[in-house]
Amino acid sequence: MTSPILELSKINKSFGHVQANKDISLKINKGTIHGIIGENGAGKSTLMSIVFGLYQADSGTISISGNIIKLKSPRDSIVSGIGMVHQHFMLVENFTVLENIILGFEGELVFGKKLEQAKKNLKNLCETYKLNIDLDSTIADLSVGFRQRVEILKSLYRGAEVLILDEPTGVLTPQEVDELFKILRSLQQEGKTIVLITHKLNEIMDLTSEVSVMRQGEIVGHKKTESTNKEELAEMMVGRTVLLRINKTEAKKGDVVFRVNNLKVKDDLGVLRVKNVNIEIHEGEILGLAGVTGNGQTELLEALSGIRKVESGEIQLFNETISDQNNYLNPKALKERGLAHVPEDRQRMGLISDFKAYENLIFGYHHQEHFSKSSILKEKDILSHSHKAMEEYDVRPRSPNLITSNFSGGNQQKIILSRELNENPKILLVGQPTRGVDIGAIEFIHQRLIDMRNKGAAILLVSVELEEILSLSDRIAVMFDGKIVGEKVNQDITDRDIGLLMAGIV
Amino acid sequence: MGSAVDKSKVPWWVSNLIVPLVNLILAFLVSGLFIFIAGENPIQAVKLILYGSFGYIEGIGYTLYYTTNFIFTGLAFAVAFHCRLFNIGGEGQAYIGGLGVFFVAVNFTFLPVPIVWLLAIVGAALFGGAWAFIPAYLQAKRGSHVVITTIMFNFIAASLMVFLLVDVIRDTNQMGPHTIAVAKELWFPTFKDFAQLFGIEIRYSPLNLSFLVAIAALFFVWFLIWKTKWGYEMRAVGHNTQAAIYAGISPYKNIIIAMLISGALAGMLSLNEILGVHHKIIAGFPAGYGFTGIAVALMGRNHPIGILPAAFLFGILYQGGSEVTFDMPNITRYMFVAVQGVIILFSGALENLFRPQIESFFVKRLNKEKMA
Repeated sequence: MTSPILELSKINKSFGHVQANKDISLKINKGTIHGIIGENGAGKSTLMSIVFGLYQADSGTISISGNIIKLKSPRDSIVSGIGMVHQHFMLVENFTVLENIILGFEGELVFGKKLEQAKKNLKNLCETYKLNIDLDSTIADLSVGFRQRVEILKSLYRGAEVLILDEPTGVLTPQEVDELFKILRSLQQEGKTIVLITHKLNEIMDLTSEVSVMRQGEIVGHKKTESTNKEELAEMMVGRTVLLRINKTEAKKGDVVFRVNNLKVKDDLGVLRVKNVNIEIHEGEILGLAGVTGNGQTELLEALSGIRKVESGEIQLFNETISDQNNYLNPKALKERGLAHVPEDRQRMGLISDFKAYENLIFGYHHQEHFSKSSILKEKDILSHSHKAMEEYDVRPRSPNLITSNFSGGNQQKIILSRELNENPKILLVGQPTRGVDIGAIEFIHQRLIDMRNKGAAILLVSVELEEILSLSDRIAVMFDGKIVGEKVNQDITDRDIGLLMAGIV
Repeated sequence: MGSAVDKSKVPWWVSNLIVPLVNLILAFLVSGLFIFIAGENPIQAVKLILYGSFGYIEGIGYTLYYTTNFIFTGLAFAVAFHCRLFNIGGEGQAYIGGLGVFFVAVNFTFLPVPIVWLLAIVGAALFGGAWAFIPAYLQAKRGSHVVITTIMFNFIAASLMVFLLVDVIRDTNQMGPHTIAVAKELWFPTFKDFAQLFGIEIRYSPLNLSFLVAIAALFFVWFLIWKTKWGYEMRAVGHNTQAAIYAGISPYKNIIIAMLISGALAGMLSLNEILGVHHKIIAGFPAGYGFTGIAVALMGRNHPIGILPAAFLFGILYQGGSEVTFDMPNITRYMFVAVQGVIILFSGALENLFRPQIESFFVKRLNKEKMA
């Protein structure tokens, strides 16, 4: 038997007191699609960052085709034939595809022959792997799916034999996911090796031939994909049996407490993004708002939560107009009226990554009596509240003094959720509650949202995860091009219907 | 990402003590080279600096007098910086702050002296803050960058003060561009006066009560930034304006508050200069302290605990530097401006030059110890 193309042996890595990788040994065979699955914070991304030379392991060795190599920087990995497509793309937006790909590997001072050569090579690569990219288009003009392809092409051009993809489908529409999978399969057929990092069981089952499961920094098992199933993998990931379907009782609907009439909202560039939206939400129900990213959901949520000005139309809370084109209540005032908001983008909006966890646990509620008195923060009370909240929401590690960016995505989301649900809001606006969050935490977050509903809260759930919309919502509305293009009671709608509506086919 | 060492493993004392110290030593080595090229003995220069700033009691007095100024201007810069505002208008704010002190000292003489002093502090803060208000407003409402506006306001302040000192509030019995002196009983007691209370006779040095005000200001800023709702909101706006808006924190309000406090602290420099030393407004009394304060704050990592030693270091350089220029004919005052420049270069701009190497060195050593 030939030696595996990539072999890790006894890799250890810790950050402070947190051991992110513990004695990890892993063999990846040439020409396979190898899945690495695990919850957020299980250490998958750390491990792959070590392989890509972004971090150095504290101990352990990495070998490529049987030869031990030292990876001190991404450049070393690229030279060794390892390519990585990150969750967040590393592209210069106002450069063309070609310029982005040769960036750092230009090879000559004044562009000429070599550029032409590069262009030719790239065209060949595009054809071989059916990437279908126009090399002269500007990145800013490309959709997310195409940007990802540019990243793949970049790695291939730099001679990648092993391609690592970190949560590649998180930002894609279902159709884009299909396209990506086609490309990955064709790469595999051409003899490339692919490492797919994900927390989505479907992707593992669809695509991979082998899978390694990580939990709390350790590899807990290797499986042939054909000889395992979703339930088994989920259990290995979480360390206990997981409910993949949520237990939900019939909604006990009350009065309409939140109403949006003919709402129009513009984005920062003055483009109308929300075009005449009408929404009603009753007490004790979850309205799911499905749609492909960028169809106005972000602007809608921001307007509803008092962050963005309303162009025309009105928003009513308990039959009182809180926003119209003339004035709007700010988030602070809305909180006082019982409206809480879990924003779509936790990094950009939901938290301050440089703050300590306890500072984020009171963020936006810091002026309330129990957290500050005559402008002085009540540190003791805040800390004891933080300990309690972290316990209740199982935030790990339970260190209120740790800087927030050191927590995994799922744990950051729990910090936000515990903060926003703490006051028992009557209206809850939730955007992408489980984006980049692991299975164990998803189950937990979903259960919390259902609990809130059962307590009588009116919830607007905006999500691009169809499954999430289907399993939580009592009613489902679909947003396309700034309009609500369809609204149904959950039981009366199928995935297919929603998919068509999401694509604007009414 | 991409750095060789992960930050969480670096002990705090390496990044906050060792690294600045190494940068400082390098700055001194380069400065020594300057002095050597100028034809003097660097070792001798160091001796003179140390003697000048610590060798005799007035020397210490002068060192701490300079330190006082740098604490005020360093804190001023730091407070604004926590809201990510680059207030480089400390110079102008200090200058205008002087008007506040002078106004109080001239008009409220009927009140008991300690009350007048308190009012003078308020006056310095109000006038300094007011001068920062316009750039703050323009930044908050219109997005005019505070770096541009504050530096313009330094020029406006300088011109305005020259106008006032020549045409409006000049002491008409004198030819120079300065005001009349404030009443003698309002002068801040000096180090000499304090020593006299204990029966110790020392010679005059400009160190005065303002030093204690500066120490109090250090505590005030620490408390404000880390213990109050105001500081919390300012930091939130500074770190992530989007998130602040989401949480219902007004960036507009906090930009203004941060700049007002910053300007107020800069204004307090005039307490030291007017009530402590000159006893009148003289043209150009901020003498560049406002600018040096930026370096002090950066070197002190915008934390009061760092600003104190950084201010002290610059105090030593100012005082020890003047000693050197007396004794070494080849070294001019400008040489010490260059030395300051080198320190700013190494601890500010080149701050990360050796950081990765130093940090990875210590991380590796500590790891070995752990293994053993």
